[in-house]
Amino acid sequence: MTRYIVRRLLSLPLLLLGIVSLAFLISHFTQGDPLSAIVSERQMDDPAAVAAAKARWGLDKSLPEQYVIYVGNLLTGDLGISFRTKQPVAQDLLERLPATLELVIAAMLLGSTSGITLGVLAARFRDRALDHAARLWALVGSSTPVFWSGLILLYIFSVVLGWLPGPGRLDARSTPPDGLTGFLTIDALLTGNMNLFWDALHHLLLPALVLGWTVMGIVSRLVRASMLDVLSQDYITAARARGAGEARVLLNHALRNALVPTLTIIGFTFAYLITGAVLTEAIFSWTGIGSYAVDAARSLDYPAIMGVTIVGGAAFLLTNLVTDIAYAFADPRIRLS
Amino acid sequence: MADSAILLQAQPRRWPPWLKLPVLVGIGIILFWLVVCFTIDLWPIDDPIDMVARRLQPPSAEHWFGTDALGRDVLSRTLHGARFSLMMSCAVIVFAVLIGSGIGAIAGYVGGIVDGAFMRLVDITLSFPPILLAMAVTASLGPGLQNAAVAMIIVWWPVYARLMRGQVLSVKSREHVEAATAAGAGHTRTLVKHILPLSWSPILINATMDFGQVVLLTASLSFIGLGASPPTPEWGSMISEGAIHFYQWWICAGPGIAILSVVLGFNFLGDGLRDLLDPRSK
Repeated sequence: MTRYIVRRLLSLPLLLLGIVSLAFLISHFTQGDPLSAIVSERQMDDPAAVAAAKARWGLDKSLPEQYVIYVGNLLTGDLGISFRTKQPVAQDLLERLPATLELVIAAMLLGSTSGITLGVLAARFRDRALDHAARLWALVGSSTPVFWSGLILLYIFSVVLGWLPGPGRLDARSTPPDGLTGFLTIDALLTGNMNLFWDALHHLLLPALVLGWTVMGIVSRLVRASMLDVLSQDYITAARARGAGEARVLLNHALRNALVPTLTIIGFTFAYLITGAVLTEAIFSWTGIGSYAVDAARSLDYPAIMGVTIVGGAAFLLTNLVTDIAYAFADPRIRLS
Repeated sequence: MADSAILLQAQPRRWPPWLKLPVLVGIGIILFWLVVCFTIDLWPIDDPIDMVARRLQPPSAEHWFGTDALGRDVLSRTLHGARFSLMMSCAVIVFAVLIGSGIGAIAGYVGGIVDGAFMRLVDITLSFPPILLAMAVTASLGPGLQNAAVAMIIVWWPVYARLMRGQVLSVKSREHVEAATAAGAGHTRTLVKHILPLSWSPILINATMDFGQVVLLTASLSFIGLGASPPTPEWGSMISEGAIHFYQWWICAGPGIAILSVVLGFNFLGDGLRDLLDPRSK
């Protein structure tokens, strides 16, 4: 166990370096000229302007030199300067992180609670109509492109029914409080501004639902499978024989054990969540890291793309590591070598 | 429990047990789109690029799915889009499988440093969330359908490399391989004739299950603006055109339903194949 954790932790820096190197290589294999993204067309004829731009973004040095400088800067938390926003990429990402986290956490909460409920019900009523309906609903959820379901739901709930606001994190008239956590719902509560809280919550609901639906599909499938496994074990029969009520058997006896294997999928759903978040943010004009990545890719803003890719890769790597270790702790039968 | 098991075995088996209704529906949907793919030029529908009607018309008897911002028929564009989406996904899967399983087979067979180097590359590539890696590669190569395909091959090959390596490792130690080596078969012959034929099936099954995800990612990249460019009738870029004309919901309804149906079809099929692979999951 300890050896496993130590080995995993030791391989971490190497994998991180690999991520950085691959991201660097990809961003510098560009066929398009990165200069065209920084220098305006009129200034392209002006050698002084071009040279100045090259020097500012370090493009005048050789590729290995650029790599060494980039990795060196990275160690101090410097991800370079974005072509588009002219701000440090690290600062851009930090500013946008709370928005993404707020959306992802809300989606995770909605998706996993509904997914667990659906999975338990499907397992309890196995091969009955409810089971089939739940599985179909989950499968449709993980098959629907979020950028489409987002648009359609936005149209239905915001335009046709008028129940929910349009895209964005807040009403245009609202101003978010400055210098707090950046989670608008939490900031509103901290400042005791209930109007702002409802406003933020209303805006959060639809994107979180869209994103949560994909999570629900994955979670419900796994919970169903592991519930079926657990429900066929002797101790469940024993609990029933002792006269425990069905709800008690399902929730207290079965679900507790069935949730352990589901832990592993937190790491697995993370990849789906990122993909979903990138597209959901683009649809809902959500000013998070996802929409930042899309804008960066569209405007060929290489430092920003590289920064997002590295941060995303590192986050994915860490999530997987933490879930693997948590899984080993949660289920002592698992022996990792 | 025991009785029902005996009863189940006693039944005559005309259908393989994994061939259930959802699997059949999945196969039906996939067949429909394949037929569309190959015969679309013969269908009596409008040209997908021609401006055939007034712009932004809602669905009507003439134009079932309405018309888009340039007066093009959405139904026709959706059906033509199958060609781009399916062919591209097909190419991506085929190349990813060939490259990935080639590398995986060599790594598993040769072992040692080669294995270590390739597998570290696999680990690193798989550490990226797929969409971010695909976006970075496409942005770097320049937006376009072909470059998006290259990006997706880069995203997917490691999956098959890892699978194939595991397969080769488990087959390599079997007796018939030892016998072949003892009989004097060279490395290439041993690998191609004695190991690979036994290693293929899980990879093919996984490729089928991944197909839906590839279709989704293709459309996502085009939606972001990194894949197909106008006027190509590709589903993702059609939805992104539809997003601009938000109040004319029908523009993105057609391509959206198309993506959903293809992905759902492959997921239905994949679910059946999963049951086939792992009888425990039933």
